[in-house]
Amino acid sequence: MEVFRLILLGFLVVCAISVSLSKNLLNSILIYMSYSLVASVIWILLESPDLAITEAAVGAGITSVLFFVTLKKIHAMMKDEEGEEEPSDEPKNS
Amino acid sequence: MSRKIPEQQYEKTISYRFRQWLDGTKDPFLGTVEMKPQKEFHEDDTAVEKRKEEKKEIFARVFDTEHNAELRIFRKLYRLFSVLFCIGLVFVLLTGVSHLPPFGNADNPVNNEVPQRYIENGLQETGAVNIVTGMILDYRAFDTLGESHVLFVATCTVLILLRIDKKKGRNSIEEREANDRIYEPKNDIILQTVAKLLVPPIMIFGIYVILCGHLGPGGGFSGGAVIGAGLILYLNAFGFAKTEQFFTAKTYKWMSFGALACYALAKSYSFYTGANDIHSIIPLGTPGAILSSGLILLLNICVGIVVAGTMYTFYVMFRKGGY
Repeated sequence: MEVFRLILLGFLVVCAISVSLSKNLLNSILIYMSYSLVASVIWILLESPDLAITEAAVGAGITSVLFFVTLKKIHAMMKDEEGEEEPSDEPKNS
Repeated sequence: MSRKIPEQQYEKTISYRFRQWLDGTKDPFLGTVEMKPQKEFHEDDTAVEKRKEEKKEIFARVFDTEHNAELRIFRKLYRLFSVLFCIGLVFVLLTGVSHLPPFGNADNPVNNEVPQRYIENGLQETGAVNIVTGMILDYRAFDTLGESHVLFVATCTVLILLRIDKKKGRNSIEEREANDRIYEPKNDIILQTVAKLLVPPIMIFGIYVILCGHLGPGGGFSGGAVIGAGLILYLNAFGFAKTEQFFTAKTYKWMSFGALACYALAKSYSFYTGANDIHSIIPLGTPGAILSSGLILLLNICVGIVVAGTMYTFYVMFRKGGY
């Protein structure tokens, strides 16, 4: 269990650094989403399921969807995938 | 009783002039202040060229690192100081963390009489099996009311910033740009099938989390967020035409108003009885039953409604600036 927790914590640090270093905005959002999911697993390990549900729903779900919509609004997502018609604005919920 | 005065005399009074100024029928500065006739701003091509040249020259002179010694020194110092500042900040934060009491120690200052009271008497006083819910919706219910209002104010801000002006007309450029409804429904088979399968369980899970907030992990905020996510998924799969049948701006307005008012009234009652030492008529019920723990179930539902509506409204506002 201790090893599992350490792996998760290490993943959190890696995610947090790579969010800020990633050049592609879409990738940043996806990494941020996985950061939230791992954080919610850590909340469960710390025996606070209340926070875990909220973290999964708000952090991984709604915040990322809002980020997607904002990127679409400022036309930042079209640049990455030239020629493709559909911007990948699929809803992510948990 | 009002006194009738002749019209000429009335026109000299302050109230008449104020009224005129308020209605906009008379400009108070017209005739009293010297005014020059306004000309429309016009610039010929040579002036534009000249301005661009000047701008280029200024930029070249300012960012000329070879001859501008000040800039060179500033840039070096800027890098040096930013690195030093970061290291200093990290050092200060790490020192602060190292002075925190060890995690889980019994002698920590947080282990005083307050959590002891919550843990020992929480079940008798609030009737909630889940101590966390008992804390945030009974002992600290005033904070949660503030939280719900923060969400409401956030929605108002988003409305102010992102809402499209209806006065500009139905087919203004802004509205057409923001309104991506013309591409709807997308009829994406994968998305629609997944939504059909997933939306009902998500909704039921959200309702379960809200209703069982006092019995197990969960509560109004998390359940509301889950329901909001389900609504967003439904909206993405089936388009605005379907969601507008049951959720419009008016629905949201009345929902959040009703929920916040209900919360405030219920909590005012319990504050009033608590502060004046009157016995509250709301029964606490048997702990563990769904209809127990007094007001907590009602408050959870109120918070859930506000949060679900807020999340959905955020999404709609970001997507097209209006319902």
